Amino acid sequence: MTEHGRFGIHGGQYIPETLMNAVIELEDAYNRYKDDPEFNRELTDLFNQYAGRPSRLYYAKRMSEDLGGARIYLKREDLNHTGAHKINNVLGQALLAKKMGKTRLIAETGAGQHGVATATAAALFGMECVVFMGEEDTRRQALNVYKMKLLGAEVIPVTTGTATLKDAVSQAMREWTSRISDTHYCLGSVMGPHPFPTIVRDFQAVISKEIREQILEAEGKLPAAVIACVGGGSNAIGSFYHFIDDSEVKLIGCEAAGRGIDTFETAATINTGRLGIFHGMKSYFCQDAYGQIAPVYSISAGLDYPGIGPEHAYLHDIGRADYVPVTDEEAVEAFEYVSRTEGIIPAIESAHALAYAMKYAPTLSGDQSIVVTVSGRGDKDCVSVARYRGEEISE
Amino acid sequence: MSRIKEAFAGKKAFIPFITCGDPNLKVTEQIVLNAVKAGADLIELGIPFSDPTAEGPVIMEADERALNGGVTTNQIFELVRSLRKAVAIPLVFMTYANVVYSYGSEKFMKQASEAGIDGLILPDVPFEEKEEFRSVCHRYGIDLISMIAPTSEGRIARIAREAEGFLYIVSSLGVTGVRSAITSDIGGMVKIVRENTDVPCAVGFGISTPEQAAAMASLSDGAIVGSAIVKLIGQYGEAAAEPAAVFIRTMADAVHSL
Repeated sequence: MTEHGRFGIHGGQYIPETLMNAVIELEDAYNRYKDDPEFNRELTDLFNQYAGRPSRLYYAKRMSEDLGGARIYLKREDLNHTGAHKINNVLGQALLAKKMGKTRLIAETGAGQHGVATATAAALFGMECVVFMGEEDTRRQALNVYKMKLLGAEVIPVTTGTATLKDAVSQAMREWTSRISDTHYCLGSVMGPHPFPTIVRDFQAVISKEIREQILEAEGKLPAAVIACVGGGSNAIGSFYHFIDDSEVKLIGCEAAGRGIDTFETAATINTGRLGIFHGMKSYFCQDAYGQIAPVYSISAGLDYPGIGPEHAYLHDIGRADYVPVTDEEAVEAFEYVSRTEGIIPAIESAHALAYAMKYAPTLSGDQSIVVTVSGRGDKDCVSVARYRGEEISE
Repeated sequence: MSRIKEAFAGKKAFIPFITCGDPNLKVTEQIVLNAVKAGADLIELGIPFSDPTAEGPVIMEADERALNGGVTTNQIFELVRSLRKAVAIPLVFMTYANVVYSYGSEKFMKQASEAGIDGLILPDVPFEEKEEFRSVCHRYGIDLISMIAPTSEGRIARIAREAEGFLYIVSSLGVTGVRSAITSDIGGMVKIVRENTDVPCAVGFGISTPEQAAAMASLSDGAIVGSAIVKLIGQYGEAAAEPAAVFIRTMADAVHSL
């Protein structure tokens, strides 16, 4: 990373003056605590005792044999408390916020996983919690809305714009400018203004730290590739981070192509977007010729975002990571295949990574391995996948 | 003397904000012409953005109406060129970083300058990020106007020292929009500004009555009013030019009476 929160030309702090001292205060606090042994002891304890880490690296034997080619390992972030990788970042940020004397957490959420994780941490730390969620997403993910309320959070449906994740982020930022002194904005992905992309990455990097140890234990050598889905990109950067210097390990991010990258109904930022400045950062964004942010689409509420974290934009620029598009149809097929073959129902977000792995594994040889991060569990997606297949079920 | 300096010379400035293209550019043109006659000293022209993160619901909805009506940056340059035939007061653009960056900063400033724009306000470009835009602004004689917020504290002096055009003092926390009371220590902020620059400063955010406008202008060099005008335009739509002018005159008179 270069100076001033930049990853190459990406990143930065493109936010209203009102928020500048808040992000500076956050950066100072993070620098004070990130290497503090007591802070790290507390966080590790939360990870292990509360979230259930380390998460398993599971050898998917039936998938590997059925597909042929590389041995496929699944990093089981779906087994974490609250059912997704989101808890890693949230526990870190909530602990940091507590050290900073903040008593209130606000967050945005798409699929609801980050909202549920934040509401969970707020309950655990005895903090107030407000979650902004696109109205469209509150309908797609009604169960998660109920969970957040059950955990004591207030859920505010956002009706502006496309009423999805980007609008929830905008509204959370607006809320933060109106109340800063007691409030921490617990951003859910490796995006937004510096220092968020770095802080969130560091808390999610536990994923690749564990993968590295686990795969060396299981295979005696590094994997040929690490594959993860990318919206903002937090589970992907967490999965990639400790392999960035190992050039022999391919890093593959799977973007939501929606109905295809040649249609307007897509959320594949690297594949269809261009350079821009939005939500506090310079990166790639889906936008029109005049820089108006484009409405994006994916079956997955969690990947339905028109931008990508600045570190991913940088890894793309330097050719260190590849970003491939995966359509709704491919993701749904993988969702069904992995359920049937391994008895694991993955989140529809994670199914994008699994879909690519299904195409990629057979191109490798049997003495190679690949790791696919199952970022979350798929219970929340059963209704929408059933609907996609023309079947109406009610919870 | 630059047009912006002139606007503040020997008097308090009244600065209305208008979203271009709400409800359409023809009405925007009428409103701007009426605002000049009604006593506006400088006008902020908003180029609508799809996701204006510093705006409250009133301006957000105006941006949405304008974009739904199909307004584009090129059409807004055209509007300014046309306005410049009749308007002598300074005109500044207020928009978001991506509108400029995505258009191409160089191309944007060149067009803006040729059309007759004097300054640019980018609420999502703080002090730390301003250089990449400011260097281009300078090549085309455009002032990049900086903002100061109630949370700026130790940053005020630094921002003021590098200020140009005028300084936009954000009256309160939160986004743009009407407020019943402004409780920030505006006088305290202005004092630090004055100690560090002779660039004039005007207060905006939340001003909706002549009394508030006069109070804010008395503490600084001027008052900026956005949401209250935009709300009126939203109410009257294509018939907004007259009621907007009446409102702007009341506000301008209150500021000029100081």
